[in-house]
Amino acid sequence: MKNFERVQPRSWDEAASALAAALKSGKSAEAKGAGTELLDRLKEYNLAPDQVVDLRRLSSHNSILRNSSGGISIGALVTLSAVASGLRKDLPALADACEGAATPQIRNAATLAGNLCQRPRCWYFRSSEFQCLKKGGVECLAKSGENEFHAVFGNNTCAIVHPSAAGVALVALNARIETLAPGGGRTFAAADFFVRPEVDIFAENALKPGELVVDIHVDRLEGVRSAYRKIKQKQAFDWPLADAAVVWRETGGVARDVRIVIGSAAPVPWRAKAAEALVEGKRIDAALAAKAGEAALEGATPLGKNAYKLPMVAAVVRRTLLASAGLPDGTEEHR
Amino acid sequence: MADDKSHPPDRTSGVTRRGLIKGIATAVTAASAGATALLVETRHELEAANPSGPMPVSIAVNGVARTGSFEPRTTLAEALRDSWGLTGTKVGCDRGACGACTVLLDGLAVNSCLMLVHDADGRKVTTVEGLGSPEAMAPIQKAFVEADALQCGFCTPGMVVSCAGLLAKNPSPSAYDVKEAVAGNLCRCGTYTGVFAACEAAAQGKPEVTRG
Repeated sequence: MKNFERVQPRSWDEAASALAAALKSGKSAEAKGAGTELLDRLKEYNLAPDQVVDLRRLSSHNSILRNSSGGISIGALVTLSAVASGLRKDLPALADACEGAATPQIRNAATLAGNLCQRPRCWYFRSSEFQCLKKGGVECLAKSGENEFHAVFGNNTCAIVHPSAAGVALVALNARIETLAPGGGRTFAAADFFVRPEVDIFAENALKPGELVVDIHVDRLEGVRSAYRKIKQKQAFDWPLADAAVVWRETGGVARDVRIVIGSAAPVPWRAKAAEALVEGKRIDAALAAKAGEAALEGATPLGKNAYKLPMVAAVVRRTLLASAGLPDGTEEHR
Repeated sequence: MADDKSHPPDRTSGVTRRGLIKGIATAVTAASAGATALLVETRHELEAANPSGPMPVSIAVNGVARTGSFEPRTTLAEALRDSWGLTGTKVGCDRGACGACTVLLDGLAVNSCLMLVHDADGRKVTTVEGLGSPEAMAPIQKAFVEADALQCGFCTPGMVVSCAGLLAKNPSPSAYDVKEAVAGNLCRCGTYTGVFAACEAAAQGKPEVTRG
């Protein structure tokens, strides 16, 4: 990798100022948490910044806090392992999404904010040999090329799938993502944090250059049920072919405020609204879950080599709904 | 230094491959010693003019304080192997995919190839050399030998460190826990059954290993 200047701020404000100063002076700069993804991109010469601003050694936004009303705030620097072990009872969908990501070694280092801000794993985007739409090229090469791991929804402009499993769970949980920037921070609904290629082809989220994620907030919901499930080729250490998170409130024996979000299927975590409408106000059982799985395919636009994903999307939505209701979902033997 | 016990000298010739390479490098360096002295004199000026120049780092590696000055792009794996001679840590894919570079950072298994050395400043790192030596092996190392849990051996240090990290947290892991703990360690020879048997044997403190 090309060498860079390491900037070691003493506070988050200093980090944000350093990034702003670099931008102003025409230098390229990248913020770094654990660096597990950044180092990969630096080694591939996918990036060659003048400066790397370190966040990892900062002493705040690195723990899980619970407020008096039962809400949970997860600092940007909390590792995927710490989310998985610390929030299993509170937020099983998020804990399972983080626990199943990557490898133990990566989960012990990688941060939740870094996971949300990952760039796509699309091989055309990652390879320096290809000039895809996201890198200023004229077309999405996956759409007519090797697209077996690409999007089956929302793929008209660019066919990446968003790489964050935690993001799928956070959109389902209707989490809020708080940021910091020199002009003042913002708070996004998780669903608004992720942006489709039609909105910004060069980014997968709404962060402005130099803006930093500092906290992820999840409010307490009375009677909330949640689950996350995925389907992958290998039992461990594999990207999902299809994954889903489901969140709802149990009221009088039926599901209310149902949110069903599909991952590894679109450039953003994808709300399955037809499936949500089908489940809303009903008691979840095997027949309803199967119908919802089929309904989740509404609007799908599979590409030349990825129509095989559609039955997987239907199956993973069905399984996740069953798991959220505490019913057998057929994945127990693998756990 | 007695830190490179994973590579005992070749007793038939008294020369190691690594030692020979180091010797040649030293001879070449000596020839340009004059130039080196000049460089050292102006180093402080260079550092001021070059903010991406070497920066100091101090890490407790296997209980020994290690210090050095490294360019910001240096990974922990490179510092361990190239500067401190701890070549038990292997670099396979150099992208966090194979796990050969696994070390414990404050007790947790991490990929040293995906960590900048300055990120480990002030922290505790344990490499495979820190677990035990050929003369005084740790239980997990002994169990790997007894289970014949290796073929080519390149993945072995990473496997051993991942298992050690698991056993430190969870002294009686289930078979599932063991598989999960080494899920980030690839073995192209496919010696996983031996690895699982070794880890389970070390957990139970069994002298005999049953191959699964």
